[in-house]
Amino acid sequence: MSSHVEETVHHGPGVPVFAKVWVALLALTGIEVLLAYLQAPVLIMLTALLGLSIIKAVLIIAWFMHLKFERLSLFLTLFPMMIVVLLLFLMFLPDAYRIVGMRPPS
Amino acid sequence: MQTEITATTESLWDGGRSPFLTGSKKFGMWLFIISDALTFSALLFTYTYCRVANPDWPTPFHFSPSIIFSSVMTFALLTSSLTMVMAVHAMNHEDRKAAGRWILATMAAGATFVGLHLTEWMNLINKEHVTPFSNDWGVPLFGATFFTITGLHMTHVIIGIIYLGIICQAVVRGKFKAEDVEVAGLYWHFVDLVWMFVFPLVYLMSAKI
Repeated sequence: MSSHVEETVHHGPGVPVFAKVWVALLALTGIEVLLAYLQAPVLIMLTALLGLSIIKAVLIIAWFMHLKFERLSLFLTLFPMMIVVLLLFLMFLPDAYRIVGMRPPS
Repeated sequence: MQTEITATTESLWDGGRSPFLTGSKKFGMWLFIISDALTFSALLFTYTYCRVANPDWPTPFHFSPSIIFSSVMTFALLTSSLTMVMAVHAMNHEDRKAAGRWILATMAAGATFVGLHLTEWMNLINKEHVTPFSNDWGVPLFGATFFTITGLHMTHVIIGIIYLGIICQAVVRGKFKAEDVEVAGLYWHFVDLVWMFVFPLVYLMSAKI
């Protein structure tokens, strides 16, 4: 199997795109801080903050880390495994509520 | 100039020299990032588990100054990501002087983050009497998990500043390629990415108005 490596100029997205992503990240952070100020119930806060953080993570990975412009094979090799592991973590979370229920009445 | 590698293989999954069409340094950094992401995920999951399991979990972060302080820290890190991406952009256009300046700006923003974070730590230790082993609320797990997560993250930021310092002096002297700056950028963006989860889960979830 023959292979060769060659260098070519590849510029990717321009400065305005990076600036827009940065503004979007700041805006999403502002919404998170506002949610903390409003003091929503814990579970609603947790869900909303995690959702916003995932959107921010996607923005950073796709544009700042350039993954959007890499080959799909790189994404498929790295990320599905990580997502499965993260979902496996969540299997333990209901146990936290069991511990709360086990506390003797004060 | 960013290196784009093309490999002549019959199919993408046949292997060969570069099945991902990316340099080995960049691919190595991606592998490190994924493994480090799982480390931080495990720590943040542990924090969330403890937080949910303890109804007496303390909320020591007053909106002013703690949340405002940590929001400024978030702004510093997000801005450092923008300056880092500008450094990579400048290197892709073979402008080494501009790349050096943008990397220095990134390091300055990172140093600001570390300075603010240490101030926040001192405030928590001296005023709220929180240590990794005890606190006034009788929930030692709070201090243990808080200092472990934020300490590990701060260590990553400090290592990142040193890493960028090495890259910066080499770039200005005409050494290293655009790919080296891009790989350093990947690490720096990852550090920023981790903070995007630490900030809401650790600070905002324990905010007190």
